[in-house]
Amino acid sequence: MAERKRSNRGRIFVPRTQVLSAADLHRALVRMAHEIAERNGGLDGVVLVGLQTGGVPLARGIAEALRQAEGADVLMGTLDVAFYRDDIGLRPVLPEAVTEIPCELTGKAVVLVDDVLFTGRTVRAALHALSDFGRARTVQLAVMVDRGHRELPIRPDYVGKNLPTRRDEMVDVSEDGVTIGTLQ
Amino acid sequence: MTHLLSVSDLGRDGIEEVLRVAEAFAEVGTRPIRKVPTLRGKAIATLFFEDSTRTRLSFETAAKRLSADVLSFSVGASSVKKGESVRDTVETIEAMGMDALVVRHPSAGVPVQVSRWVRRCKVVNGGDGWHEHPTQALLDCFTVRQVRGEIEGLRVLVVGDVLHSRVARSQVLAYDALGASVTLVAPGSLLPASLEGWPVEVTDDLDAALPKADVVSLLRLQAERGAGMFVPTLREYTARFGLTARRARLLDPDAVVTHPGPMIRGVEIASDVADLPQAVVTRQVTNGVAVRMAVLFLLLGGAM
Amino acid sequence: MSRPLVLRGGEVLDAVGRRRADVVVADGVVRAVGPDAARDAPSRALVLDAGGCVVAPGLVDLHAHLREPGGEEAETVETGARSAALGGYTAVVAMPNTEPPVDCAAVATEVLALGARAPVEVAVAGAITVGREGERLAPMGELAALGVRIFTDDGAGVQDGALMRRALDYARGLGVTLAQHCEDAALAAGGAMHEGAWSSRLGLPGAPAAAEETMVGRDIALARLTGARLHLLHLSTAGSVELVRRAKAEGLCVTSEVTPHHLVLTDAACAGYDPMFKVSPPLRSREDVERLRDGLCDGVVDAIATDHAPHAPEAKDLPFDEAPPGMLGLETALSVALSFLGLELALACMSWRPAQIAGLAPRQGGPVVEGAAANLCVIDPAATWTVDPARLSSRSRNTPFSGWTFTGRNRHTIAAGEAVVVDAEAQR
Repeated sequence: MAERKRSNRGRIFVPRTQVLSAADLHRALVRMAHEIAERNGGLDGVVLVGLQTGGVPLARGIAEALRQAEGADVLMGTLDVAFYRDDIGLRPVLPEAVTEIPCELTGKAVVLVDDVLFTGRTVRAALHALSDFGRARTVQLAVMVDRGHRELPIRPDYVGKNLPTRRDEMVDVSEDGVTIGTLQ
Repeated sequence: MTHLLSVSDLGRDGIEEVLRVAEAFAEVGTRPIRKVPTLRGKAIATLFFEDSTRTRLSFETAAKRLSADVLSFSVGASSVKKGESVRDTVETIEAMGMDALVVRHPSAGVPVQVSRWVRRCKVVNGGDGWHEHPTQALLDCFTVRQVRGEIEGLRVLVVGDVLHSRVARSQVLAYDALGASVTLVAPGSLLPASLEGWPVEVTDDLDAALPKADVVSLLRLQAERGAGMFVPTLREYTARFGLTARRARLLDPDAVVTHPGPMIRGVEIASDVADLPQAVVTRQVTNGVAVRMAVLFLLLGGAM
Repeated sequence: MSRPLVLRGGEVLDAVGRRRADVVVADGVVRAVGPDAARDAPSRALVLDAGGCVVAPGLVDLHAHLREPGGEEAETVETGARSAALGGYTAVVAMPNTEPPVDCAAVATEVLALGARAPVEVAVAGAITVGREGERLAPMGELAALGVRIFTDDGAGVQDGALMRRALDYARGLGVTLAQHCEDAALAAGGAMHEGAWSSRLGLPGAPAAAEETMVGRDIALARLTGARLHLLHLSTAGSVELVRRAKAEGLCVTSEVTPHHLVLTDAACAGYDPMFKVSPPLRSREDVERLRDGLCDGVVDAIATDHAPHAPEAKDLPFDEAPPGMLGLETALSVALSFLGLELALACMSWRPAQIAGLAPRQGGPVVEGAAANLCVIDPAATWTVDPARLSSRSRNTPFSGWTFTGRNRHTIAAGEAVVVDAEAQR
């Protein structure tokens, strides 16, 4: 949704195909939660950080799935990357919501959560931002949709769905599922 | 927004936007590393033709936290005597590749004039004569909103030397735009000659006004304007318009007391009152950095 | 002597009335005036078209700062007089606040000598006090002997009431007029603009109307006390007009002037902090403007005077409260006046009445009749022009009317029989 808001000014998202239903989306979240716990040997030292604004509900969903699977609360925070973007001054960039990192990140395993991975620039900004909160032991990336078209050497660790798209298409992620469409 | 010369350049939406963005920057101020790369490569000059340590430090801290390069130009009385005009100074500084100029000047309107002289620089009014000090009013609103949650509907007293106060002019515009009601509390000799068009009420009875106030903005009595001409003595001024310990007891417990600094303890505010929980003076200073970061960000990198 | 000339096809308008007439000029004198006078003109005469125009006595400015000596970077007697000629003036009174000021015969002689070479008549006003310092009387008798008819400390008023009273007493015997810049210095102190809603909002220190009115009131009382002739310079407030109205009703020898800018601009013009709109006395409120216009229409105000005050560009590129006050006026005054006044009243206020006050009548401002001195202007009431500061003839550029478009403009100026302006172009 971060993607939608940024590119959406003055134009309307017209949905074409639903690629994941709400139930599909939930199943993907649960799977990713399990993968996160498996990869990190539990939840010890794990901090989920949802990227504002699209990644935040997904991070909450993963945290909920982890609580049910592991019986414990995972630390969770939110991050707005507006101040770290590389396109400041090139187009309107405004902070979209609060940044709230629950603890110092030095030594932690941080899992960044976002809805759609596209050019990779938001994730680059997020990596920069995270480094200002301490030196994490590892940073991993969880995205609901990887739609390709990377402009930076960034790859996700956990993917809900790989979804080949055209550049001019839009991907919308909400609690109702994932839809491909265009801006008109 | 091309420049920030007056609070009236912003309007309600603009003020709300500055305050919203300032919240994000206030959070930056709580991080272990209180600096973001947002304005990397931008250059900001502070041009202060009048001494002001705190406003200058606040702007420069804001610029540095945004990773901008800061050039600090202060004009002592001697340079003015050398005869270089403000215009030449501005053109010289801009030619060094500045992206924004923060201008403070003892004469009203100089930032407005500077905005006509620059080619592409953004101009921020850092306080001009008796005219305006927009970032001060914005940080006051930010602080009050932080404490009270909302500004709409609050009753604000602006107390003291309104005549010579740029802060008062900006506050009246800002509080009014955000839906507060403003009452000026001052003797006639410290009020502007005409309040035509000002959305304010006026009284000289601080005791009567105080219990109903949600916000009390104390203005600095410009001591150099001094006793004798505008008020008989400092003692009489304090007796009638100072926030004394006795008067502080009239304050609502939830009221917010602001002061633009530097405070003259014992004149406009009693020493022990300055340390009351209602007084938010240090919080204002902290928030000043976040608000000025927001202003610089919106001018140089933001959505405008 | 310059070449004879004919103003053909116009209407003559002077204090006598309005009639269709050609005007023939030779040897500095009007030789013939009549519907067909052009037919009898000498064959070598220069013929200037006056079709659709009004031929009138030249304008007389009671109040021009020509800046020489001492301020030549802003204006000289020559450039100021050229501006005057372009504006339709055939005489200007040069104000004495030069550096050094016109407070002794030596400086007056210098300015008169410069004026003698200028394209229009340059009369000189002397200072009331030595150095315009308001402390000791200047040698008015010595100056009067050189032909000085008006004395003023303009730029400031004489603050000391007792001194002003003595000056009036002294002047009465000389038959000269004292002209006052009415401003109580203490009340106006620091005032950069009119004190009112705009100054309050802009945070600029203001000069209240009362600063002017208290001195207008004081000096009217002194005129009553002494019986001397008093001229009040550049009135700017409704209250001043009322005071003068009562003084005139009482029969006192009081005359007054207003400037073109005080008749069309208000303090709102200062909103952008452009020092171009800084002037002394300051631009006042809309109400004041209306009352000044009323005063002109009912004769309480006698004259429109420019207060032409050139300032070099760098002087006006200052903070508003530091910039010097003053605006150009000579080249735009007539057009400004015609924007709200009929031609007859405009000419009365700008030609024959000021000529009387300055003691220059009838060679200036007199009726256009055979044998009269040939000081004339030819006004095209239909000509439209836009003020471009860069194209003004003054050395300075500080007009508040940049970009304004006016209808009605001076076309030709005949000074002492010579065509010094032809088709709005200066001839020398």
